[in-house]
Amino acid sequence: MVRLNLVLLVALAACALCLVTSQHQARRLFGELEQEQERSHQLGVEYGQLQLEASTWAVHARVERIASRQLHMRVPEANRLQIVRPEEVAK
Amino acid sequence: MNFAASPVLELTLPVWRSRFLLHVFVAGFALLLGRAIYLQGLNTDFLQAKGESRYSRVMEVPGNRGRILDRNGEALAISTPVKSIWAIPGEAHPGRRQLARLAALLEMPQAEIEKRLADTGRDFVFVKRQISPETAERVAGLHISGLFQSREYRRYYPSGEVMTHVLGFTGADDIGQEGVELAFQERLAGKPGSRRVIKDRLGQTVEDVESIKAAQDGNDLTLALDARIQSLAFSQLKAAVAQNRAKAGGVVVLDVDTGELLALANFPTYNPNNRSRLAGAQLRNRAVTDTFEPGSTLKPFTVALALETGRVRPESVILTAPGTLSIGGATIRDAHVERSLTVAQVIQKSSNVGAAKIALALPAESMWEMFRDVGFGSAPGLGFPGEATGKLRPYRSWRPIEQATMSYGHGISVSLVQLARAYSVFARDGELVPLSLVRVDAPPIGRRVMAPKTAAAVRAMLEMAVNRNGTAPRAQIVGYRVAGKTGTAHKQENGAYAADKYVSSFVGFAPASHPRLVVAVMIDEPSAGRYYGGTVAAPVFAQIMAGALRALDVAPDGPMQPIDLPPEGQEVKESV
Repeated sequence: MVRLNLVLLVALAACALCLVTSQHQARRLFGELEQEQERSHQLGVEYGQLQLEASTWAVHARVERIASRQLHMRVPEANRLQIVRPEEVAK
Repeated sequence: MNFAASPVLELTLPVWRSRFLLHVFVAGFALLLGRAIYLQGLNTDFLQAKGESRYSRVMEVPGNRGRILDRNGEALAISTPVKSIWAIPGEAHPGRRQLARLAALLEMPQAEIEKRLADTGRDFVFVKRQISPETAERVAGLHISGLFQSREYRRYYPSGEVMTHVLGFTGADDIGQEGVELAFQERLAGKPGSRRVIKDRLGQTVEDVESIKAAQDGNDLTLALDARIQSLAFSQLKAAVAQNRAKAGGVVVLDVDTGELLALANFPTYNPNNRSRLAGAQLRNRAVTDTFEPGSTLKPFTVALALETGRVRPESVILTAPGTLSIGGATIRDAHVERSLTVAQVIQKSSNVGAAKIALALPAESMWEMFRDVGFGSAPGLGFPGEATGKLRPYRSWRPIEQATMSYGHGISVSLVQLARAYSVFARDGELVPLSLVRVDAPPIGRRVMAPKTAAAVRAMLEMAVNRNGTAPRAQIVGYRVAGKTGTAHKQENGAYAADKYVSSFVGFAPASHPRLVVAVMIDEPSAGRYYGGTVAAPVFAQIMAGALRALDVAPDGPMQPIDLPPEGQEVKESV
């Protein structure tokens, strides 16, 4: 009888210690999860800001200005255009 | 020693003393029991709540407003977090130096901040809203007590003034106030949520207890708009308004196949990112909310009806000499007098007399029905706030002169969007499709309003109107066949037509062999000498149409030759 009680006591103590460590683990992991979620939110915000920046740089008026002024690009004149139709190529 | 013989035991105490003690103990236990029942049973909720409030916190979880994208996924409106600085006036007492640095950081006059903080009658006052997170951090670095920060969202529009009338804008609380932002508020708006967590002594969250309300981000919205075509339409319109010293202008580009709105531009406009100085004229989305008397652009509908009823054929001859027509005391005039014109030439040369004669042979009721069927007099159904319906009076009240003038677009008013949509009927072989602001994936179901044969006949006439003998040779595009019609109308002022104020317009579609786009251009009060739709609006149309067809990779269907223009000053003048 005494022996059984001792075994149960040891088991109880072990369980209690396990509970404490797992609770601690859970809290620590939760903290990490929380941090990662915050980071993901931050990255989301940054993505939005970068998208904004990309859109601002890619404004069509700006692209057109650079193409015509810096790169001297222009739409070809009609008599310098040759249209190739796929059905004609196939023949 | 014999304990039993102890003299102490010999003592006999009075019985009441032990009884008394017993009662005291029983009463003590009863008291404790009662207290326990009171705390555990009756008052437990209150105590539990008090206890929880020591460690559990309810945290707000923000819900982002959805983005607005163009049809190719380019971002047109994005929300990004910013900070707002607020204060409790009674508690914020910044020092002199702190105040000066705060004013410098916030770019506000020092006196203004002092004034706000002096308003002690209130518990809460915004010092400045929507500042960048970097500035907010530096403000926090000043350590001014009684000054707090809260997170808000600010909406940015990278394209600025170019598409502001389509997108609209949101107010400081992230609620749509104009345009798409208002029309799709429900869909775009995020719903903030909250959750309960356990925090430790250091303020760190250690456990998630429950989610009270899940936060919901707003949905992204993909518009039908094409940013390239929109940008092109806006820049061409802006240039045309400046060149013609016009009061205003508008452009609408529609996809013939799907009824999608590919571009909608207005001028004057404003920058939605900086709305500090806004006038009503800049805010107006003219193409949708304003109506005007369209003028000759309505002639094709009159002719279509006459063809549909079988009264005329494209080659039927109408006598237009002597270039005037008197009905009930009023006179209709042609700018360009011809002895006679075929029905097709009435459209090509834009003859008022010809159109009026055709109209007078038609019943008023069927003319009204035709106008109603192509969408005049009812909202175009784009979903924009404040869509104009235009004015289409019931046919019973028409007098003959009114029926005649309506045939060439006077005495009736339409918005530019309605006009563009009505022309899609010719482009779609007689079908009217519902318009859409958002991208559609399945082709919509149209409603037939005229026979395909009639639409094809009118298309051929509209193609004649843009050749060198028509009113709009400047609408031609290299490599594509174009069809369209000019409109030049006197503006109404105080119930009478103003002699020197015009609305010039052009509506057309291309490629004529298989129409893909409808473009409508309207220039309000051009005042640089020219006012005909063929010289003011048609070149804008040509530029936008050419660029849009190129952007969409539409195969050319016309000759690759420079366009054929009549000599300067010999163009066919339209009747006004």
